[in-house]
Amino acid sequence: MTAGQPRLVEVRLNVLKKNDVLARELRNRFAESGVRVISLVSSPGSGKTAFLEKILSGLRQEFRVAALVGDLATENDASRLARSQVPVKQIVTGTICHLEAEMVRNALEGWDLHALDFLFIENVGNLVCPSSYDLGEELRLVLLSVTEGEDKPLKYPTIFNTADVAVITKIDLAEAVQFDWMLAERNIQLVRPGMQILEVSAKTGEGMNQATDLFVSLLAGATTKK
Amino acid sequence: MHELSIVLSIIDGVTEEAKLRGARGVSAVHLRLGALSGVVKPALLFAYDLACEGTLLQGSQLIVEESPMVVHCPACDADRTVESPQSFRCPVCGAYAANISRGHEIQVVAMELV
Repeated sequence: MTAGQPRLVEVRLNVLKKNDVLARELRNRFAESGVRVISLVSSPGSGKTAFLEKILSGLRQEFRVAALVGDLATENDASRLARSQVPVKQIVTGTICHLEAEMVRNALEGWDLHALDFLFIENVGNLVCPSSYDLGEELRLVLLSVTEGEDKPLKYPTIFNTADVAVITKIDLAEAVQFDWMLAERNIQLVRPGMQILEVSAKTGEGMNQATDLFVSLLAGATTKK
Repeated sequence: MHELSIVLSIIDGVTEEAKLRGARGVSAVHLRLGALSGVVKPALLFAYDLACEGTLLQGSQLIVEESPMVVHCPACDADRTVESPQSFRCPVCGAYAANISRGHEIQVVAMELV
């Protein structure tokens, strides 16, 4: 090699390979254990915790449910979710703005996944960073509250695209903020054609049954596959 | 701001590859960044110089090649390049095209070794 002359080497190095491999391992583990794993992403304040509180309280009557919740600095969300009397573990991410597969794996240490029907993972409130990280979940929900405006999907297309279901929250406030349903749905379809949309209010309970039904239908799917 | 995490992964991966090839240092890293990668180029470049200090990559250049999003149009039965992730519609026939062929990649495609 000539001194000082750099040589160009072609490689194919997937930067997120480590996370992708871990996420695949988690997905296999979840499938083997028969637990359905659902993650939630949204901007801060869209109502992930309120939504999840209601869902956990409802599902725990009939199913074995648990939750992991990511937060930058506090354990407030975990305390709120613990009120629904299901096992909850907080993942305090420090300055990290998203969850990664490794954090999920570490948080699950010591948990018997076979003893669960559902595991919910609440990501850090952020519509940018979580989009790059697969957590091994089966279903990813992206929440959008009516107070945030109809153009959120266009502003954060990547996260909407990585999600499977859009949940429009706080619909009890829709009229007050003159929420344009048609526009919101059109924007969602533009960034994720065919995406299923749920409309809920955790406060009044409206639409929450449809959300619960969607999760329960995952279990039915598992039974048919077997 | 997860770009720092991304940069640290780049440094780990490139260091390993460079060492395998007996390199004394790395002068440049070529990265392909898909339009749907969720990574912002300026933030990546900002984090890169700082994070490279004290590693084999110190003083190296990060060359980012931004690659567009490619979807499969069901109506045309063909892969089409889409200008923006804000509209998953076939640029030729206008049909909604949800199947992404390319656009998520965050991939080191070449390294310049010294």
